[in-house]
Amino acid sequence: MKQIVIISGKGGTGKTVITGAFAALAKNKVMADCDVDAADLHLLLRPEIKERHDFKSGLSFRIKKRACTQCGECKKVCRFNAISDKFIIDPISCEGCGFCARVCPADAISMEENLAGEWFISETRFGPMVHAKLGVAEENSGKLVALVREQAKGLAENTGAEWVIVDGAPGIGCPVIASLSGIDCAVVVTEPTLSGLHDASRVIEVARHFNVFSSLIINKYDLNPDMTRRIEIYCKTNGIPVMGRIAFDKSVVEAVSKAKTVMESAQNAVKRSLRDIWQRLSVGNFKTA
Amino acid sequence: MIIAVASGKGGTGKTTVAVNIALSLDNVQFLDCDVEEPNAHIFLKPRIEKTILSSIPVPEIDTKKCVYCGKCAEVCVYNAIAIVPPTNNNAGVALTLTNLCHGCQACSFFCPKGAIRERKKEIGVVEFGSKKDIEFIHGRLNIGEAMAPPVIRQVKGHINPRKTVIIDAPPGVSCPVIAAVKDSDFCLLVTEPTPFGLSDLSLAVELLHKLRVPFGVIINRADLGDKETERYCEKEKIEILMKIPFNKEIALAYSRGEAVVNVLPEYKTKFKDLFQKIAHR
Repeated sequence: MKQIVIISGKGGTGKTVITGAFAALAKNKVMADCDVDAADLHLLLRPEIKERHDFKSGLSFRIKKRACTQCGECKKVCRFNAISDKFIIDPISCEGCGFCARVCPADAISMEENLAGEWFISETRFGPMVHAKLGVAEENSGKLVALVREQAKGLAENTGAEWVIVDGAPGIGCPVIASLSGIDCAVVVTEPTLSGLHDASRVIEVARHFNVFSSLIINKYDLNPDMTRRIEIYCKTNGIPVMGRIAFDKSVVEAVSKAKTVMESAQNAVKRSLRDIWQRLSVGNFKTA
Repeated sequence: MIIAVASGKGGTGKTTVAVNIALSLDNVQFLDCDVEEPNAHIFLKPRIEKTILSSIPVPEIDTKKCVYCGKCAEVCVYNAIAIVPPTNNNAGVALTLTNLCHGCQACSFFCPKGAIRERKKEIGVVEFGSKKDIEFIHGRLNIGEAMAPPVIRQVKGHINPRKTVIIDAPPGVSCPVIAAVKDSDFCLLVTEPTPFGLSDLSLAVELLHKLRVPFGVIINRADLGDKETERYCEKEKIEILMKIPFNKEIALAYSRGEAVVNVLPEYKTKFKDLFQKIAHR
C-alpha cells in the first residue's frame, strides 16, 4: 500500500481538483481530505456519511463569576492576554494551558474538554473516504489531520487497498506537517507564477526536512510558459521529477460547478494530461528525499 | 485604520488585493501575516532594512537542580515535557519537546527547585523594509516549524496606528488566520464565484462573526463561475464591495510578480474608491 499527499504550499493551485481526478483514476484506494479547516474534496466526491465521530481536543476554561474574588492572579500568569479586566476568558485568545486554573486561590476556574470538530468515514462513488470538519476558530488542525490519516491508513489496510490518496492543506505549518508523516510521495501542485515557485520551493523543503520524496505538477502551465520553464529548471536542479503539465481549461471550473471530477467531463486535454500523470505516479519508484 | 484581507480559500487573490490597495493609498503600513508562505514582497519589492529573529519561550531543564519529581510534566497540558526518574542502573531523563510547547511557562512557575529556565527558541524571522512611502513588515516561519501564530503576533506588534494598516492574512479559518485578523477594524474577504470559493467563504464569514470584525466581500475572477456567491451574499446581507473580472493581463502581471496598478492604472482609482467606501461606513 502506498500513500500519496497532494500539497502546494500555496492555496488555489488546484490541489483538490487534482486529488478528485486521482480518486477517479486510481483503482482500489481510500481517499482522505486533510484540509480540515476548509475542506472542499467532499464537494466533488459527494460522500455519503457512514460513521460520524466527535473530535475532542484541548481544554476550555471558564471563570465562575460567583467564586471569583477578582484577585488578578490569573491575569498575571496568562501569557496570551486571554483574560479581560472583567475576568472573562476570551476563548479565541485562550490557548488552553490551564495555568490560570492552577494558580487561582479561589478555585474559581472550571475546565472542560473541548469539542473541536467532527470526523467522518464515508462512501463515495469512487470508494471510501475519510474526512473531517474542524470547528471554525478551533485549534489543533494538526492533531485532527493525524487522526484522519490514521483512520484512512487503517481503512486501507483492512480493505486491502493499494493507495491512500490525501488532499493536503495549504501552507507549510502544522496541518501540512501532520499530513506528511509516513507518506511515500508528496505531489506538489504549482502554477507558473513567481509566488507559485516561491511557495512550492518552501513546501518541497518541508517535505525534505521530514524525509518525504516530492514530485511536481505544473497546473495552468500555459498561462506563463516562461515561468513554467523556470519551474522545470528549478526541479531539474533540485532532483524533483516533474510528473506533467496541465493546461488552463474552463471545463475544469464547469466540472466543479456540477460536483464532478474532471475525469467525468467530456474528453479534453486536461483529462489526457491527468491520465498520463497518474500513469507516471502509479508506477513511480519513490525513494526517500 | 487596520484593514485585514482574508479568505477561507487560498488562491482567490488576497495578496493581489492587499498589495494593490497599499499601492493606491498614502501613508500605508503593509503587514504580510501569511508567514508560512509570504508573497507580498514579490509584488511590492521592498528594500529590507532590518531583520529580527522571531522566537518563542521554551523551557530548559537544569539537570543539576532537577530532582525528577515530574511536577513540570504534570502541569504541561501539551505533553511537551517527559520526566523519567533515575533508577539504580539508569540516570534520570528530563526531556523537553519544544515543538509541542506553547510557551505558557507553567512548568517553570511550578518547579519546586527552580530548575527550569526559559530559553528563546527561534521559529522564524520578522523583516522590516520600505518601498517609496509604504512601510513594509513581514514574517517568515522557519521550515519544519508548525506554529505560525507567534510569528504573526510578533509582526502585528509593530502596527503603527497613525497609518492605514493593510494586513495580508493566510488562507483557512484556524489559528493563523485568527491571529492575523483579530483586532482589525475591517476585513475584506476575497473570494471567487466557484463552489469551492463559496464553501470556504461561508466558513470565513462564520469566523468573522465570532471575531466581531466587520467585513465585506470582493469577488475576484467574477465572470468565471456561477451566481451562487452573489445569492449567498444577498441572503446573508453581506455587502459585495467590488467585483474584479478575469483579465489575462492581470493574470500575466501576477505571474511575473508585478502589481495590477502598474499594468492597469485605472485600478488605482477603483481601490481608492474601495478604501473610501470602507472608511466611511
